[in-house]
Amino acid sequence: MLLEKEIVIKTDKLTKRFGDFTAVSEISFEVYKGEIFGFLGANGAGKTTAMKMLIGISIPTSGNATIAGFDIYIQTEQIKKSIGYMSQKFSLYEDLTIKENIQLFGGIYGLSDKEIKSKSEELINKLGLNNEADKLVASLPLGWKQKLAFSIAIFHQPKIVFLDEPTGGVDPITRRQFWDMIYEAAHNGITVFVTTHYMDEAEYCDRVSIMVDGVIQALDSPANLKSKYNAESMDEVFLMLARGAKRGE
Amino acid sequence: MNAIELNNLTKTYSSGKTVVTAVDDISFSVNEGELFGLIGPDGAGKTSIFRILTTLLLADKGNATVLGFDVIKDWKAIRDLVGYMPGRFSLYQDLTVEENLNFFATIFNTTIQENYDLISDIYKQLEPFKTRRAGKLSGGMKQKLALSCALIHKPKILFLDEPTTGVDPVSRKEFWEMLKKLKAQGITILVSTPYMDEAKLCDRIALIQIGKILKIDTPINIIDSFDKKLFAVHSENMFKLLNDLRSFENTESCFGFGENHHLTFKDDEMNILDLENYLIKSGHAKATIKIIKPEIEDCFMELMK
Repeated sequence: MLLEKEIVIKTDKLTKRFGDFTAVSEISFEVYKGEIFGFLGANGAGKTTAMKMLIGISIPTSGNATIAGFDIYIQTEQIKKSIGYMSQKFSLYEDLTIKENIQLFGGIYGLSDKEIKSKSEELINKLGLNNEADKLVASLPLGWKQKLAFSIAIFHQPKIVFLDEPTGGVDPITRRQFWDMIYEAAHNGITVFVTTHYMDEAEYCDRVSIMVDGVIQALDSPANLKSKYNAESMDEVFLMLARGAKRGE
Repeated sequence: MNAIELNNLTKTYSSGKTVVTAVDDISFSVNEGELFGLIGPDGAGKTSIFRILTTLLLADKGNATVLGFDVIKDWKAIRDLVGYMPGRFSLYQDLTVEENLNFFATIFNTTIQENYDLISDIYKQLEPFKTRRAGKLSGGMKQKLALSCALIHKPKILFLDEPTTGVDPVSRKEFWEMLKKLKAQGITILVSTPYMDEAKLCDRIALIQIGKILKIDTPINIIDSFDKKLFAVHSENMFKLLNDLRSFENTESCFGFGENHHLTFKDDEMNILDLENYLIKSGHAKATIKIIKPEIEDCFMELMK
């Protein structure tokens, strides 16, 4: 599907230790432009620690990585400008209106007032939130908040967007509408790096990695993983690999 | 006697000018010894129902009983008889594993030894860490400790509010295996979850959305009552396929479901060859179309419409 495999994330033996505990142990992988990359693992496998290094807020103990071409030791500020981030836990300011949230994040990412104005109108129209634009985000249903948060995370057209369990607790139809938006972003060339506990969502990824005890145990397309592990579903693949986990649970 | 009974229960919250009806005229009952699931997304009203039944919150209208006791009049009796695991981890973070368990046992006038049988399966996995502070445990271990604390006084009913949210698939599976064992010991369990795949592990379920119950029945009956033909469609380019299927004239709904898209038609009598030809024309030469049995999630989405 991808015409050229431009690499946007590259890690080489990336490692993070806390004292004598190795949270992430020598992970090496590449993610391509426009790819939807699922980053899976059991609780405590090291996903969050790895993600913090990739978005430039945690300095690795050893190993190397570049994000959108920038080095994660010394170019963390450039990395932050090239990425978008959203998580289930924090995404938007509840006591600002929808419009104000868009303006705030647009400003933080360095867009001009003019750009913010035209693009925010476009976004509000697209999401069908015209009547809600001046309401507080707190008044939106969760599903809408998550859709808005995602739109804001890609508002500045980042190279990569990191999504940390973006669909937790969301109703099944909204969850799928959310994935429609992910597909569209990827189609427009934004690389999507996503974690989830919904194994059906793993199937929507171009490739997935499965972390167990700080290392990447498997990395391939869902179809290849299923055939390699002779499994019917990604759920089965995950159970096979993560059952062997020693730490965390 | 029903273990739990709710009659026309309503609960609203207001902040400023906005009034939110969290629980909207809900009635259902849970039989003794039953494993009953409240299945629905955030904002469905699940937590409000739990808090009303555990006597921590007053309803605006309607009434409810737990083991025959009224949730308002007999709150003291109810608190002795139920175990409650709230959605948010609410043990003492700065007490150790053992101290937490001891604390809850003492509050209910019992000891860890007296009811050790009931929790031994679960607690055994925690014992190597019994001197660790609860705040320093991993998510899965916190969940096991919270369940142990909710069980230590041998409750007749367990209320588990989203015990598996944010928990990985392996730990979720283990948790449900624990619930099965507790049910076998005669404990009635009311459990809520946003994960639709967990619904099939319950005896009966209530599908719930924005304060209203969409349907109550056994998982099998709910699946059997899905009255449309459901198809699973797969091709090499799933994103294009989704859009193409949605543009097909006879498509009623089409959603991604893992490796397939699930599809229903406006007219179930239509010739499937029409779809095959359409897909070939749209560039999906290798598309496969299978008729399938719905999952609970299909039913939930159909009922949401």
